[in-house]
Amino acid sequence: MNDHLLVIFPHPDDEAFGVSGTIAKHTKKGSPVTYICLTLGQMGRNMGNPPFATRESLPLIRQKELENACAAVGIEDLRQFGLRDKTIEFEDEQLLADQFLSVIEEVKPATIITFYPGYSVHPDHEATGRAVVRAVKAMPEMERPELLCVAFAKNSEEDLGAPHIVTDVSDVFEDKMNCIKAHRSQTQWLVNSVEKDPAMLEWVQKERYWRFPL
Amino acid sequence: MQPIQANDVQNALDQLIGKELYLHLETTNGAYANHNNESVLTVNAYIRNGKVTPLSGKIMGIGPFRVGLKIELGWIYAEGLTHWEIDSEGRLLLAGHDQEGRLAVALQLSSSPFDV
Repeated sequence: MNDHLLVIFPHPDDEAFGVSGTIAKHTKKGSPVTYICLTLGQMGRNMGNPPFATRESLPLIRQKELENACAAVGIEDLRQFGLRDKTIEFEDEQLLADQFLSVIEEVKPATIITFYPGYSVHPDHEATGRAVVRAVKAMPEMERPELLCVAFAKNSEEDLGAPHIVTDVSDVFEDKMNCIKAHRSQTQWLVNSVEKDPAMLEWVQKERYWRFPL
Repeated sequence: MQPIQANDVQNALDQLIGKELYLHLETTNGAYANHNNESVLTVNAYIRNGKVTPLSGKIMGIGPFRVGLKIELGWIYAEGLTHWEIDSEGRLLLAGHDQEGRLAVALQLSSSPFDV
């Protein structure tokens, strides 16, 4: 049975906090993972603390961080789309959906993970989720992969109910933390809070997904 | 980047007067500003590769600093600048970082276009 997992997010580190445990579990069983990452997060405001990146060196640093993060959880197929941070919603959505579809047809994933349109806060997240939904809806119903979404808007549970799938990733906790830590320019604060705050530690050990109604 | 020494930045600005340059000007309070605190408006703006020729330019303040550049039909202005460098490609990078090291404002000038 094909158990290819396709992960589609706009920014390096979008995979780290909410999904990297699921990815690590998948690659540990020898199942393939393809990660489409649309931008280099060029416009991130975290520069390290104290700052070690500049607006101009940030994309080069984040490229390296992304490669290290993929290595930490066993991702061997990273596809970078070369788009620019904060601009996804201004791109042609159909064109983006077509590009996703061509990867979907190539790798034939059993499952796709992306952001839940309407419940993912950042405009790049929203636009990515919308284009993925558009790509999947263009497929014949029988051929569609399972579409799992990450939602973290404040009204997510109120509107969507409890997550449909909650995955315990404590068995791959170290890999997940290594993935988070690899994005050093962006995640120092997060690593500190996981180390100090038991509620945060508990939160990181679970990954939550909603099935998107297609 | 290093903490701004006003004289050094003024000298760097002086070198750029009358030259045709590419501007990166940006301010941000983060894409999650409102998500993190509902009383705050998420406000982000940037211009990348505006073509400008400064007629004069000054850095003012005792830190954080302000920079104002006069151009033919108007002004370029940034407040809250704390750090600067001339990078390996000779570009003047000025930025303002908050207590957590996050970039809040940037004003950059280059003789060749910034990467997009």
